[in-house]
Amino acid sequence: MPNNKKMYDKGKVVAGLCIFVVLITFPFWFNLGKAAPAPEPKLSDKAKAAKECVMPKATMKTEHMQILNEWRDTVVRDAKRIYTNPSGKKFNMSLSNTCLDCHVEKAEFCDKCHNYASVTPYCWECHIDPKEAK
Amino acid sequence: MNISYMYSLIAVIILFLLAYVGVKFPGGEVFFGIIIPYLALIIFILGFINRVIDWARSPVPFRIPTTCGQQKSLPWIKSANIDNPSTTGGVVVRMILEVVFFRSLFRNTKCELKESDKISYEWEKWLWLFSLTFHWAFFTVLFRHLRLFTEPVPACVQLVAKLDGFLQIGLPGLMLSGVALLAAVTFLFLRRILIPQVKYISLGSDYFPLFLIFGIAFTGILMRYFTKVDIVGVKEFTMSLVTLNPHVIKGIGGVFYVHLFFVSVLLVYFPFSKLMHLGGIFMSPTRNMVNNSRAKRHVNPWNYPVKIHTYDAYEDEFREKMIEIGLPVEKMIAPETPEEPEEKE
Ligand code: HEC
Ligand code: HEC
Ligand code: HEC
Ligand code: HEM
Repeated sequence: MPNNKKMYDKGKVVAGLCIFVVLITFPFWFNLGKAAPAPEPKLSDKAKAAKECVMPKATMKTEHMQILNEWRDTVVRDAKRIYTNPSGKKFNMSLSNTCLDCHVEKAEFCDKCHNYASVTPYCWECHIDPKEAK
Repeated sequence: MNISYMYSLIAVIILFLLAYVGVKFPGGEVFFGIIIPYLALIIFILGFINRVIDWARSPVPFRIPTTCGQQKSLPWIKSANIDNPSTTGGVVVRMILEVVFFRSLFRNTKCELKESDKISYEWEKWLWLFSLTFHWAFFTVLFRHLRLFTEPVPACVQLVAKLDGFLQIGLPGLMLSGVALLAAVTFLFLRRILIPQVKYISLGSDYFPLFLIFGIAFTGILMRYFTKVDIVGVKEFTMSLVTLNPHVIKGIGGVFYVHLFFVSVLLVYFPFSKLMHLGGIFMSPTRNMVNNSRAKRHVNPWNYPVKIHTYDAYEDEFREKMIEIGLPVEKMIAPETPEEPEEKE
């Protein structure tokens, strides 16, 4: 009768299982001993003075790309450039001239989050960072 | 209506509500965000190992690889070294092609009666196409998720995300793999309910993982493109999990916890279900064996020692009696010429 305790091809099976465990636990040992604090986007003095963004902070945090998308489509397709936010404030719908006018330091603001979240918006292939352009 | 999929659907809906409502209770975020995911991962790993070891304990006394080509025999007969592997190298190549391209599923055929009485076999590639899409999309999505679990994010993860989003549709950019996953899982479900024969053999355990994975993809897509979630907050949370310093982050929406809970349920369900084919494919004797029975002797591992009585011994015992009644014998008793010895055996 089969001996229920014996493993056949034990070496290969154990090796396979080791590979499996190493792969599955990859995030645990990859980050071992590394501190990864969440980024704190730095508000420029100009933004601080303005106090408010286009939308409330929580909305901006999660939906700023959708706002930009809406702006882009409205400007490029409908040739309308003025955006009025719910509290009645008017903005010129522009990536470089509005967002980056307040958030002057792109590297200290946009890029901080984006590096952390591993997103690389392709916008800057065409749009300029006014600070760099100077 | 069919009980098998109704039950599975209801189960997934209940799981959804459980997580969605559950996180709103005090301590709910700790429970669904920290305790359940850790437990799920532990159960997944231990369950997986246990299942594989269980398989490794089953003896496979005979060579039973599926043979899809000419076996290796005489040197002048061309053999199919991959489809009927006679070496470990052949097995490895066949296994890689199977795992990566699902070659055996590619051979899928459909059997039908045509004109009411003619039996016909036809190519059926849709199942192959969609299951390959499904598995690759699943893997790609999973791989892209590493951006939430690593800091700094490895360049290869960024590259995959870039390729995945190369269409640059909308913002946040559309990820093809997410859409492909949802489409493929929908196809696999429709296949089960629209083809009568497949429907007949489908059980709750076939529908449940489909609904669950549909739920995962659906909540993921919902989060990314519609309800939105604070990714920086999410990453802070997932990083706290993988650095073993778990703490909840406020203000992450309920949909995220549903997504996470579905994934945890999938992890727990995995080792006890047909999803174990992830490990099973490597343990499958019809795929991982070398077809060399003609070249090598394989002894049944549970053979016990059998007392044998060879013909030589038998003749030694009865030679005199045999000669007496005129039966032919191999060796005569007398010192006569010993007959050609190589004729024995
Ligand atoms: C009038 C100046 C101003 C403009 C224009 C502006 N912002 Fe802001 N933005 C701010 C301020 C001030 C805050 C901080 C709000 C707070 O703390 O409540 C902020 C916050 C944010 C945040 C959240 C940061 C965090 O720490 O979570 C994001 C994202 C953001 N802005 C993106 C944008 C984008 C994209 C645009 C262009 C569509 C834009 N902002 C235009 C002033 C501005
Ligand atoms: C291929 C080059 C190109 C790329 C890449 C690109 N844009 Fe544009 N964008 C344009 C052009 C051209 C206009 C029209 C400018 C005008 O009429 O003022 C425009 C206009 C806009 C506008 C309104 C006008 C303004 O001054 O900003 C917004 C907002 C915008 N784009 C956002 C984006 C975002 C966000 C991205 C990245 C996801 C992006 N664009 C990527 C070329 C590009
Ligand atoms: C609070 C952190 C944060 C800040 C500050 C921030 N972003 Fe983002 N942004 C994100 C995250 C996270 C994503 C990715 C969301 C996802 O993957 O679903 C993103 C995505 C985007 C995208 C879409 C990229 C894509 O390809 O999907 C654009 C465009 C973008 N941000 C523009 C900006 C600009 C311009 C600024 C600066 C004015 C900015 N963001 C500041 C967090 C931030
Ligand atoms: C613990 C594990 C997981 C966590 C913490 C997690 C978290 C997330 C988050 C935060 C998003 C939103 C991404 C964004 O807005 O850009 C997302 C999206 C998504 N998730 Fe997950 N997820 C996990 C596991 C899985 C698994 C196992 C699958 C199944 C393959 C999956 C499938 C998806 C899909 C299809 C999306 C849609 C967006 C895309 O295509 O990237 N997730 N997930």
